[in-house]
Amino acid sequence: MPTETTVIMTDFLLYALLAGLGVALVAGPLGCFVVWRRMAYFGDTLAHSALLGVSLGVLLDINLNITVIAIPLMMAMGLVFLEQRGFLSLDTLLGILSHSALAAGLVVISLLPDVRVDLMSLLFGDLLAVTKSDLWVIYSVSAAVMGLLALLWKQLINITVDSELAAVEGTNVALVSTALMLITALVIALAMKVVGVLLITALLIIPAATARRVSTTPEQMAIAASLIAMLTVVMGLAMSWNLDTPAGPSVVISASFLFCLSLLYRRQLS
Amino acid sequence: MSKLLLTLETIHKAFGSKPVIDNVSLSLHQGEITTLIGPNGAGKSTLAKIILGLIKPDSGLRKTNPDIRIGYMPQKITIDPTLPISTLRFLQLANASQIACHEVLKSMNIGHLAKTPIQNLSGGELQRALLARAIVRKPNLLVLDEPVQGVDINGQNALYQMINSLAKSLNCAVLMVSHDLHLVMSATDQVICLNRHICCQGHPEQVTQDPAFIDIFGHTTAIYSHHHDHDHNLHGEILDETTHAHGDDCDHD
Repeated sequence: MPTETTVIMTDFLLYALLAGLGVALVAGPLGCFVVWRRMAYFGDTLAHSALLGVSLGVLLDINLNITVIAIPLMMAMGLVFLEQRGFLSLDTLLGILSHSALAAGLVVISLLPDVRVDLMSLLFGDLLAVTKSDLWVIYSVSAAVMGLLALLWKQLINITVDSELAAVEGTNVALVSTALMLITALVIALAMKVVGVLLITALLIIPAATARRVSTTPEQMAIAASLIAMLTVVMGLAMSWNLDTPAGPSVVISASFLFCLSLLYRRQLS
Repeated sequence: MSKLLLTLETIHKAFGSKPVIDNVSLSLHQGEITTLIGPNGAGKSTLAKIILGLIKPDSGLRKTNPDIRIGYMPQKITIDPTLPISTLRFLQLANASQIACHEVLKSMNIGHLAKTPIQNLSGGELQRALLARAIVRKPNLLVLDEPVQGVDINGQNALYQMINSLAKSLNCAVLMVSHDLHLVMSATDQVICLNRHICCQGHPEQVTQDPAFIDIFGHTTAIYSHHHDHDHNLHGEILDETTHAHGDDCDHD
């Protein structure tokens, strides 16, 4: 039923779709590393610190695009420091950092003189409010991240399988794992727009976990995760459009649904 | 004199306030097999990791020949089940060609497992895969961390034979960390007994011709007789320093 309103709606839906696909593309391979290296909790910590980044940016009147990247990057460096000293295996420590960052961000927001921050969109994403300039940022960061991952791929797989063997064979483990942490911080800040702070880890790990069931090599799993993540964006937006549900959570539900389907697929094989 | 590959000079290492390596010096030459033995907690693994360059000592020097290429066979390895990786791919991570990897796997009798996910290998098969990875780059120093731990005598015999022939064909230096205090590979050139410091070092006894011994241990295992002139208490400290006679074997001050 083509009317004027339908045309306008399709426009912002198109931007939302492109934004989601841009993030999903890079969330696939990165999500694989989050799963392989058991960084899910760590990813949460970075995501929550992105919220702190937004609130500090508003409080200190600094450009939000800077603080939303800077605070997670600083947190990532802190976590690298802890990882190299062997502290990062402590779930408890990450739990403390993760939830403290989130609470600090929420408290700072509440202390702001006037409410200039849309809390819901920070927590759950604001995919349908994506602008053209957002798209530029998303695609240029995605391209840079994909390039870096391609460049470092062999070494990343090496340190993930066994970091000691990698070190003996000549890989600079500290450098490569630091690069991965920084890339993760970057993608998380990016993904905040799509699914929000609370659900970023889901977008990273669910497509990867689904891809695992159909892969026999790490490269297959990375590509499959990308494709699955992109499919879930399409499904999520369709769900949001038809059922009037928020976009971010709809994408995550779609991802979970695909994961459940993949469980059935395995059982059919055996 | 065969090529000097690596020396450690007066290495000290402590974890927190607990000293783990105390004034250790040693050298590794091409073609020589060195076995490191000592009680649990003696610092053998730590010393091996210092040799590998994985741990930095608190003081002392680690000097390596610029030609050095190290192959490492760790005691065990855990690979996350979420990472899909075949045995062949595991070997290729060492930056070796596919052909070289296939050849090495075949020489270890696990060529048929090339496409098998490495997490599905049995204990013995995984051990051979780890050894394969260690040698696929044709190293000139091979470091093996307790390679026969948990293996029965027959398996031990087979593994020692394999290591021996590998060492000969690669003409590499071998450092083997052993879990056993008295039994070492009979082809060992140098045994170092470690308990935080070097307690004694020397050669293993020649394999006895006793058929009963050979029946049990095969030809590849020999006995090493310790010659300590001091005792350690439960904490590892040396009892009664006066009984220790300083000599050429000493590596402490």
